[in-house]
Amino acid sequence: MRVVVDLNRCQGYAQCAFLAPDVFAMHGEEALLYDAQPDDIRRVDVLRAVAACPVRAITVEGAGGKWTADRVGVPHGA
Amino acid sequence: MALDGSLERLRREGHIVVVGASLAGLRAAETLRTEGFTGALTLIGDEPYGPYDRPPLSKQVLLGRVPPDHTDLPRHCAIDARWRLGVAASGLDLAAKRVALADGTSVEYDRLLIATGVRSRPWPNELEACLDGVFVLRTRDDAARLDHRLKAGPSRVLVIGAGFTGSEIASVCRERDLPVTVAERGATPLVGALGSVIGEVAARLQHQHGVDLRCGVMVTGLEGDSAGRLRRAHFSDGGTVEAEVAVVALGATRNTEWLAGSGLAAGPRGIACDAGCRAFDIRGIVADDVFVAGDVARSPHPLFGYQFLSLEHWGNAVAQAEVAAHNMISPGERRRPHLWTPYFWSAQFGVNIKSVGVPNMADHILISQGSLDEPRFTAAYGYQGRVIAAVSFDQAKWLEFYQRQIEQAAPFPLPFTTVDRRPEGMRPVPAGFPDPSVPTHGPEVTVSGHSPTDQRVTFTPA
Amino acid sequence: MTSVALLGQILDHANRADPYPLYAELRGTPVVRDESGPYLVSTYWEIRSLLHDPRVSSDVRNLAPEARTVPSTDDPELPPSFIRIDPPDHDRVRRLIMRTYGPPHTPRRVYDLRGEIGGIVSALIDGFQGRDRIDLVEDFSYPFPVTVICRLLGVPQEDEQRFHGWADTVATAIEPPVGTPEEQQAHWRAVREARRQLATYLSGLIDQRRRAPRDDMISALTMDRGADESPMSLPEMLSNLTLLLIAGHETTVNLITNGMLTLLRHPDALKQLREDPDLIFPLVEELLRFEPPVQLLPERTTLDDIEIAGTTIPKGASLWLVPASGNRDPQRFPEPDRFIPDRPDNQHFGFGSGIHNCIGSPLARLEAQTALTELVRRLDNPRLVEDPPPYRRNAVLRGPQHLSIAYDGLRR
Repeated sequence: MRVVVDLNRCQGYAQCAFLAPDVFAMHGEEALLYDAQPDDIRRVDVLRAVAACPVRAITVEGAGGKWTADRVGVPHGA
Repeated sequence: MALDGSLERLRREGHIVVVGASLAGLRAAETLRTEGFTGALTLIGDEPYGPYDRPPLSKQVLLGRVPPDHTDLPRHCAIDARWRLGVAASGLDLAAKRVALADGTSVEYDRLLIATGVRSRPWPNELEACLDGVFVLRTRDDAARLDHRLKAGPSRVLVIGAGFTGSEIASVCRERDLPVTVAERGATPLVGALGSVIGEVAARLQHQHGVDLRCGVMVTGLEGDSAGRLRRAHFSDGGTVEAEVAVVALGATRNTEWLAGSGLAAGPRGIACDAGCRAFDIRGIVADDVFVAGDVARSPHPLFGYQFLSLEHWGNAVAQAEVAAHNMISPGERRRPHLWTPYFWSAQFGVNIKSVGVPNMADHILISQGSLDEPRFTAAYGYQGRVIAAVSFDQAKWLEFYQRQIEQAAPFPLPFTTVDRRPEGMRPVPAGFPDPSVPTHGPEVTVSGHSPTDQRVTFTPA
Repeated sequence: MTSVALLGQILDHANRADPYPLYAELRGTPVVRDESGPYLVSTYWEIRSLLHDPRVSSDVRNLAPEARTVPSTDDPELPPSFIRIDPPDHDRVRRLIMRTYGPPHTPRRVYDLRGEIGGIVSALIDGFQGRDRIDLVEDFSYPFPVTVICRLLGVPQEDEQRFHGWADTVATAIEPPVGTPEEQQAHWRAVREARRQLATYLSGLIDQRRRAPRDDMISALTMDRGADESPMSLPEMLSNLTLLLIAGHETTVNLITNGMLTLLRHPDALKQLREDPDLIFPLVEELLRFEPPVQLLPERTTLDDIEIAGTTIPKGASLWLVPASGNRDPQRFPEPDRFIPDRPDNQHFGFGSGIHNCIGSPLARLEAQTALTELVRRLDNPRLVEDPPPYRRNAVLRGPQHLSIAYDGLRR
């Protein structure tokens, strides 16, 4: 799996860190650190995180699920 | 779709070459494919790796939480490209539509996208730069080398330059419990990007986390031992510091040397292009077949007086790559301007710093929410009576409001009250940016006037 | 200036089963004053903008006195909970709660509940054995989140009988009272009394946990000394625990019930989910858009005049945002009235947005994902017995009172 978070979009809602704590971690109250190539055993956690992100900042490749190909078409913070 | 024959042919069977196989190059290639380009696509990159993400290098990678090779960028779609990795572009022949490569081969194109980005500005004294223990941080290999050395537990790390990258490196060192000295020529860390009012907050964070911060000094020399290992640095105030590792974080320099003599308006400030990402030649005329995107581009922005902006921003690379790719395969009337509002983030000392707009154009700043002391706050920057930028420390959820103020050219100071307004937020104060002619350690945004052929840049390092 | 007479209709129980046509009518004027006083905001971009606008306050003490639409039932002895205050106090209390509940301080509290959540769901469904019909609300949607929130906070499950009634009563105070002045007075007294009872109950519990801490949030809150700021006072703890206890089940019950109702109305989606369990993740997000458990955000106010969508909302006005309407705004969501389980770019308002976004959202997501996946997997040929079902009175926390589902059998 390959993951990237658009940290311009990210507003620190921390849903990913709640739902996939072995992949995403808050560093302080609002900054996010993550493993961009998590182990496959985290697949379901990553899918949860991708769907739960309120600003759709997480892109994943290789986690299965057609819906993850969702490309965001809304301008930043608009 | 009424396309003229040549554009239709280009979309169907043309050859598009992308020089630069990082974030902007990848996103451009994906956009070309999703918008229906079915011809041949070649991506050329000087590093031996496919596209990977750089921001984690100075954060989770250097913290040792994520291996350096765990930063590959996900693909949005299959791009079916020919990859020429590990070989740099070395020249461009506009008339022959040909890119020369460092291995002596060349590639012809119908349309070219230049996304060669930037590289770390090296320590200017080459002998000193070669000392064992002197590092820069830009690539995955840089991060791997530096991480390896930090693991060995050096007695002290010297960070030269307290821009965003330098400050992030210092933060990581403290988190790894390594003694660290930061030398910054300006009055405070981040002064070039955010001004001294915010820079003072950054300085306090460094002090609170045990960084030995030295502002207003230059590093005048790096001294090695007989085995060629770094052991000491000398400062302009006569002081010295013993350090086994020095990280040179003096900002970036644009990868445009390979375009020397090509006729494109390329120089140390980047490659000038129009808002549609078409490159200018040295006569100030746009080239039809050459496009530019990402850190290496300078393009005029209507929100900022149509001045040329160079933005070393992740989001800019993505947005500009998408616009450039779209325009490369679209007829004139369907082309789009690149109107992205600059957005930026940095994580250091456990604080999330985000900015929107162009802070370093500002003259004044107002702390509109929260307090510099905590430090959790949002501040608005003003330029000639309008809002031009905003910055937040751990208050990112408010920034989209300020983005709208910037986009609507709202008056500054903001003529209304807000939640969490403190006494310090009652009136604006000078933002404290250094004289633009004095170089700072890598402002991420460069505003460089109206001329597409502006070649002037002076940098007097440390 | 134009005004509408829609809030009364939205609050009218007769329109509870399908308020969406009223919202569509409301969106005709994105920001409009209702004849009953408040300004209603019903379109996506305007709601989003106001949820991130620092001129908007959640503190009713900033309302102009004449603008108040929901009478205070607050206990004068207790401070308002953190959803009804502004920064910096809001941020401080939220941080203190977060220290005991989520990242970065306690990142695994919710994640580690997955096993227990799955166990509770299985046990409740096992309890359907030998029947061919259930009331989803009574038999599942209510007991499930109550069990989870009790476990999380550290409230003994056996006390549920005691606080169930209080919690229901307090939850009604979120919207304007109905009935004759005498009935309203009686209602007001009942809410005050329920608040008092609940606070007394919780303070006993806090005292117990202080003396003998366990692995739960109440213990953690009582023990926490804060990082660099003052810990929560006892009154603050009482206000906020009351909120968490109520919000922890009064909303999730509706999310799950609305979820099954929606799936049973969309057999294709139900079939897709059965075939592709990964679909549950975007499906729950679509559910939060399509049938959000919190329909309206009543009684915010403005610290200054705000000009938006051609209307000036004056300082101190009562501001009602209608996220359930924003979620159906065709300017933001293509085909907004269609339930599309894998809808792309679904930035809904199911949990709000901005600094007051729902603190329980990760837990609610996990609960809804687990519950719906298992219900769909295990119920053989489930079908609605009546449609629409009867609805609860509350317009803000909207959901069925009962949901009768018939089925042919139970899978293992």
